[in-house]
This record gives sequence, C-alpha cells and structure tokens, in this order.
Amino acid sequence: MQPLLEVKNLTKYFPVKKGLFGRAGSVVKAVDGVNFKIYPGETMGLVGESGCGKSTTGRVILRLLEPTAGEIYFKGKNILNLPNEEMRRLRQKMQIIFQDPYASLNPRMTVGQIVGEPLKVFGLASGAELEKRVQKLLEYVGLAGYHARRYPHEFSGGQRQRVGIARALALNPELIICDEPVSALDVSIQSQVLNLLKDLQREFNFAYLFIAHGLNVVKHMSDRVGVMYLGQMVELADAKELYSTPLHPYTQALLSAVPVPDPKVKKKRIILKGDVPSPVNPPSGCRFHTRCFKCLDICSRQQPEFKEVKPNHWVACHAVQ
Amino acid sequence: MSDVLLKVENLKTHFFLDDGVVPAVDGVSFHLNRGETLAVVGESGSGKSITSLSIMRLIPNPPGRIVGGNIQFAGKNLLKLSEKEMREIRGNRISMIFQEPMTSLNPVYRVGDQISEALINHQGLKKKEAMEKAIEMLRLTGIPSPEKRAYDFPHQMSGGMRQRVMIAMALACRPELLIADEPTTALDVTIQAQILELMQELKEQLNTAIIMITHDLAVVAEMADRAVVMYCGKVVEEAPVEELFEKPLHPYTKGLLASIPRVEEEMEKLYQIEGTVPNLMHLPRGCAFAPRCPEAGSRCLGARPQLTPVSPTRKVSCWLVEGGVD
Amino acid sequence: MSELAKATAAGAVPESMETYSPVREFWRRLKKNKLAMTSLIFLAALTLIAVFAPYIAPYDPTNGVMADSLQKPSAQHLLGTDELGRDILSRIIFGARISLRVGLLAVAIALSIGTVLGSIAGYFGGRIDNLIMRFMDVMLSFPSLLLAIAFMSVLGRGVENAVIAISIVTMPEYARIVRGSVLSVKENEYVQAARAIGNRDGAIILKHILPNVIAPIIVRGTLGISTAILETAALGFLGLGVQPPDAEWGTMLGAGRSYMFNAPHLVMFPGIAITLTVMAFNLLGDGLRDALDPRLRQ
Repeated sequence: MQPLLEVKNLTKYFPVKKGLFGRAGSVVKAVDGVNFKIYPGETMGLVGESGCGKSTTGRVILRLLEPTAGEIYFKGKNILNLPNEEMRRLRQKMQIIFQDPYASLNPRMTVGQIVGEPLKVFGLASGAELEKRVQKLLEYVGLAGYHARRYPHEFSGGQRQRVGIARALALNPELIICDEPVSALDVSIQSQVLNLLKDLQREFNFAYLFIAHGLNVVKHMSDRVGVMYLGQMVELADAKELYSTPLHPYTQALLSAVPVPDPKVKKKRIILKGDVPSPVNPPSGCRFHTRCFKCLDICSRQQPEFKEVKPNHWVACHAVQ
Repeated sequence: MSDVLLKVENLKTHFFLDDGVVPAVDGVSFHLNRGETLAVVGESGSGKSITSLSIMRLIPNPPGRIVGGNIQFAGKNLLKLSEKEMREIRGNRISMIFQEPMTSLNPVYRVGDQISEALINHQGLKKKEAMEKAIEMLRLTGIPSPEKRAYDFPHQMSGGMRQRVMIAMALACRPELLIADEPTTALDVTIQAQILELMQELKEQLNTAIIMITHDLAVVAEMADRAVVMYCGKVVEEAPVEELFEKPLHPYTKGLLASIPRVEEEMEKLYQIEGTVPNLMHLPRGCAFAPRCPEAGSRCLGARPQLTPVSPTRKVSCWLVEGGVD
Repeated sequence: MSELAKATAAGAVPESMETYSPVREFWRRLKKNKLAMTSLIFLAALTLIAVFAPYIAPYDPTNGVMADSLQKPSAQHLLGTDELGRDILSRIIFGARISLRVGLLAVAIALSIGTVLGSIAGYFGGRIDNLIMRFMDVMLSFPSLLLAIAFMSVLGRGVENAVIAISIVTMPEYARIVRGSVLSVKENEYVQAARAIGNRDGAIILKHILPNVIAPIIVRGTLGISTAILETAALGFLGLGVQPPDAEWGTMLGAGRSYMFNAPHLVMFPGIAITLTVMAFNLLGDGLRDALDPRLRQ
C-alpha cells in the first residue's frame, strides 16, 4: 500500500539570535532527522516530553514552519518542492486540530464564520449552500445549528475544541494532525472529544497524526506509536507491541513513570536522573545516554542507527540487538 | 494519627462580579490529620483551588470574599486572625506550592535568596545562616551541587529544577501543612515521577501534612491517603483513596474513573460523562450534577442532596444513597 | 434520564439566550464610565456646534468693528472681543470647525498609513520589518513639532499642509503600535489555523489579524486627535498653520499673546477651548481602552 504521508530525514533547526544585529548564533535542533510513514485511514501516535520536537514535526509537515532539511511526500508527491499556490491547494487534504481551544479560534468571528471559512477560501460553497454545510459540520461534532451565530468565548473548552474539529473537517481532509487535542480540557470532557475523534475517523476514514504527551491517551487512539526524544525518533512500533514490550530504555522509563489510577497497584518505577538536556547542545552519540540506565561505552561516541529489530518494530539503541 | 490538624467547616467563598455572584466554594467541609495526605480532586470550576486559597486567606478581595464557615488550624480559627497573625502562619506553618514553576519564582532574585526570605522573616535567621539553610534545603530536594545552584537565577534552571526550588522554599520553615496546587501538571511524565517521589520522601522525613489539589486521578492514587471530590463548589464525595477507587459511590466519581484511558486495557470506546460543567452563576436548582448524571431522577432535579456519612470513613452527597432518586 | 443528558450534551448555551454582540457589549461597558460618557457628550455637542457654526455664531468671525476692539466679556459679547473688534465666542465656534477637522483628518491619514506599514512590518518580519521600522525610528528621534515645522517650511503655510505635516510626524507612532500588536496576535494559533486552511497572507492580515488589533489602534487614535489638535494650535501659534483672518484656536492664542496683560480674555478662552477638547479626547480614549480591553472583562 502506498503511504499517505512519508517523512524522510525531516529536520528543523531554529536559529538562536544573538548580538546587536541579530546574527544567527547557535541553533535549536528541534527536529533532527525523523523518518516515518502514515498509511491511509490509520492513526499514528507521536509521544514524547516537552521539547522533544513532536509539535514541530506536525507543523513542519503542514509547512506552517519550513523544514531545514528532509523530504515530505504526500501521496507520493514531495510537497516541499510545490510552489506556493499548489501548496495552498494541497492544504485542503491536510488539516490540523490545535491544543488550545482558546487561542485557536479567532475571537472576532462567529462559530459559523470560523467553520465556513475553509469552504469560502476555496470557493467550495457560498450563501445558503454554505450555511447548510456549516450546520451539517456542527452536527457532526455534536453541536447544534444555532451555535453558528455565537462567538467562541460563549463556549466551554470542550465545545470550542468541537468547533476546531468541525473547521478541520470542512474540507474533507485525508490527514488530520491532532496537536495535543485534549490536554487543555477537563478530565470529564477529554473522553467526549477522544470518542468524537474516533467516531469521525470511522465515518470519514481519514488518517490521524496524533501528537500528545499523555501515554494513555496516545495508546487509546493509535494503531502505531512513535516515541521521540530530543528531536529524534527513538522507537516506533504497533501500539500494543510498544506498550507491552518496549525496547528502548527511554520508552521503558516513560511507561513506568505513568501514574496508574489504582492505589493498589504499586509499580516498579524507573526514575530517570536529571532533566532533558538542552536541544541547543544535545549530548554526543545517543542523545539519551546522559540519563540512560543501560548506557554502554559506545553510546556517548556513536549515534545508534534507527533499525527494524522485529517486524514493524523500529528502535535506535546500541543495547538492543 | 487521628490528631486533627485542619478542619474546614461549611466554608463559603463567593465572588461578587458585575453580572452576579459566583459561589465558587459553597459549603465545603473536610478535615485533615497531622501527617496525612488529602487529595482535593476536581475539574476547573470545581472550587478546589479557591478552597486552598481560602485556607491561606489569599482570596483577591474584591471581587472575592469568604462569606461563611470556619477554618480551624491547630486549634485556631484562621478566619478570626488579624492580617498580621495570618502573615506569621503563611509560609511558616502553612505553605503552598503552585502549578507554574515558571511564574511563581521571582525572576530578578537568586533562588537561594528567595528560599532565605521566609527563613529571615519567620525564624529571624541572619542572612548568612539563612543562606546555609537554603542550601541545605536545596540538597534535601535533590538538586545537585546546591552550593552553586543557590546562586542561580530562576531562568537558569529547568522546569523540574524550579519545582524543586519551590518545594525547598515551601518546606524551609518546616510547615505543619503543605498545600500543593497541581504541583506536577506543568511537568513532563518523567519529571512528574521524580517530583512525586520527592514529595513522598520529604513528607515522611518531615511529617508534613499535605493537601494535594489535582484533577489527575492517577496522581491521587499514587499520593493520597484520603480524597475529597469536588464539583461546582461542593464536596460530592469523601473517602479513603483505596475505597474510592474500588467502589466509587457518587455518579460523578464513577464517571471520572471510567473515562480515563488506561495503558493496561484495550477499550474501543471510552466512557463519557455527557454535557459540560454548568455556569456557577446559574446552577440548577437540584443537584449540580443532575443534568449530566445517567442515574438522576426527578428528586435530583428538585432538591440538593447533602453530604451524608455512609460509613465511619466515607461521605457522599447523592440521593442514590439517601433514599432514592425519585 | 438520558434524554435530558443528551439535550445538554452539546450546549450549555440555551437557545433562548440573547445573541451576543461585541458592539453591544462594548457599549454597555463604555456607558458605565461616567467621565468617558461626559466627554463623549461634550465632543458630540462640539461637533454639532462646528457643523452648524454659521447658524449658531452670533457675529461674523472674520469681520469686526474696530470701535469695539478689546472689549471685556459683556452681555453683548459673551466672551468679549479681540484687538480687531471680532467676537471671540464666534471665533471659537468657527475655530472648532478647523480644530476638529484637522484633528480627525490628520489622525485618519496617519492611522491608515501607519496601520499598513505596521502590519506589513509585523506580519512579514525580517528585512522588510527592519527597513520600515528603522525609518520610523529615525522619524521618531526628532521632536515632532520641530519635524512638523521642517515639513511646513517645505510644503508652505496653510491648513492642508498643516494636516499633512502633522500626519507625517505622528504616523510612526501608529506604525509602532500596530506592529507590536500584530507581532503578538500573529503568534495566536488561530492565525496558524487560518494558514492551515489555505488563506493567503493578505486575507490573514485583513480578516484574522487586523480585527484583533483594532482596539489599541482606536484608543491610540482617539488620544492622537488631541495631540493633533495641540500641534495644529502650536503651528497656528507660530504663524505657520491657519492664516489670518480665519479663526483657529492656536492662531487666536498666538495673536492674543501681546494683549495678555491688559486683555487676558483673548488668550484665556481659546486656551480653555483647547484644554477642554483635548481633555475630552483623552478621557474618551481612556474609556475606550477600558471598554475594549478583553483582559478587564470578567
């Protein structure tokens, strides 16, 4: 099967400006050589701690940020070579849902205008037809048609997130990037939105790139999961496989650190030492070696290769055979 | 262990806004024993943070005001104390750590000086002694080479480090009560694990009682001895943590527990609590949770249930346990 | 019971509720501010007076009776007469026309140019930003009145040229404010969202960014009117703005200053007119800022 999206050696450096005239000094290596594929209709999860580059990856794929290097193929076409106008047209097929339902809706527009805007931009509907489509979209996400006349601040966080989802659905995309779609929501609202996202996928059959830091949420949503650390992918496998037999020490530590909502379970925890190092000056060799509990001699010298150690189970670690 | 340190009775903190009164905390009662960890669980708008600010008497006035109730701390009613007496308690016998380690430290002072401040104010230490004590506190919270880091500014530290500094600051005067308001929400999973472990350790070493304000039931399960579940400014359930997770009684608690995706289990669809948290200014006449409750009956819409003991250790506010919903 | 649950699932917003309107909300908040409302009424009255000046003014503002020169306020001439025997009340009434027009026009021009330059600089950043903003910095580094005088010396005297000079020298201020607001609004996710759904840059600036920076612009513009009036007055006082015999408050001040000690009403009343108008615009500006600032919203 041809992948819907293929990312090869994706790299994004942010220059750190220094000095009086803004000369570029060092760079933040936010994403550094990431590879993965997303197939039509599946959900690929991306987990990692803050600063691991997962959100940047999402935005670079949409070219909301321009990558420093690498290739992004959407249905076999390298989108980085596309001229502006063609890229703009391609945006119909790739949409994004943001984390913060407060910041991602223009406060001066009504919900109807927000949801209808993509249709208007591409001239797909206008007048009564547009209104009908907007009503329909609002119904898909569990809102009512009369909500179209209201402004975003009249809604609760969960309802705003529904508006953001409706906007993403408007153009019938084939890939939706969900950037921490529930982490700003209340617990009792999170499950509503997660269920909605799953229901919509079943109905419209698009693929998700699901970016989140909550390991339980990613597990629930994803078919395959990639784990990122300091701008690099350290492990990638089917969700079940990854959570039951994690191979990379970082994945193991991450999974063991998740608190379990059951007071009777006393888990054995791998507590990692120290903090995530700065992406401006990442450690040599394997980037995780400074905190790794299985660190070998070679780890500080040589970067491990990201290789398939079992069918569909990729890992970048010297300690894994 | 049954030595009561803090007793909150029928606390009411209301906010008086232009367009109406918001009963952010409305008749909340609970107690806390010495050395115990109590979790106060709830979503945004449940009043959990306002409850903790009320205990510290840090409610911004206007628009907020404590309009009723009692807060007994070690035999004193905090609400009757003068502002000066209250200042002697704050940061000394009761201290607090906040969610945002970025904004709760003053960026223009060195962290050592910020920890020293409380010691100089409350224990009358000299500047040099206070700094030594501050370094000792930093060591206690597991910060490497504390004699150097004490002279760092907050922006030179990572989020996890800053939260350690906050903890060092809060515990410097050996308070009897530590209020932790979402202490790990802004932190990454691996750092959260470090901080939770640190809090457990310090609690045992210093025998500090902790009120843990959180929305994360997993953190409750890890940390707390007992839990109070709040919804719309009221306590809906109070129970020892093990009993709460084993057999939640209030439909809201049941719903919360059921709606968390779990790593260990496969679930096609998550349980979901329908609807949204109501506006506190226009609460329903009956039980505030009734419009979202799958088990609600006519009685729930008409009258508010009271927090009622159902066993020596458990209390619930629900008509289900008080003689039926209809 | 699940019926009820379903009904509320989507909306805590009941259908019957009055539709929210940003304009109405703003007006409700402004009405509460007594000072701002007083200023608004004062300015509305002033505008009416200016529009209907020929019908309201008791005397011809430009032709006086020499025999009546330098009269103290009396029942006949409520605010007295000037050195040429012209009725001061009538001159102030006609002067309002010029002052208000110059103020509004200068601000309108400065604001439009400033908004365009500021939003381009803020949105695109980089080299364009540097180019525009360094040029603005150069202009801001001169005292504005001095710069206005310099422009007047090139353009020549007269009201129109005064308007142009004032709008040029005040424009960088607006460009800077707009750029600053655009920079912060640009970071909002809804701007990224607008890009993600395929909007062009122009549409993003017009539809998503400018409506969200309009509040500080309106406030600054209102305050700017008073600055423009003051600068017109200053130019008039220096003899560069409005030319005699036309009535303008600053020019009146300038002409009256030689009689300051034996006929103080010649400078007093135009001075009061300037002060009251400037103050009204400032108070209204403050009121608008409070009413438009979403941070103060509860």
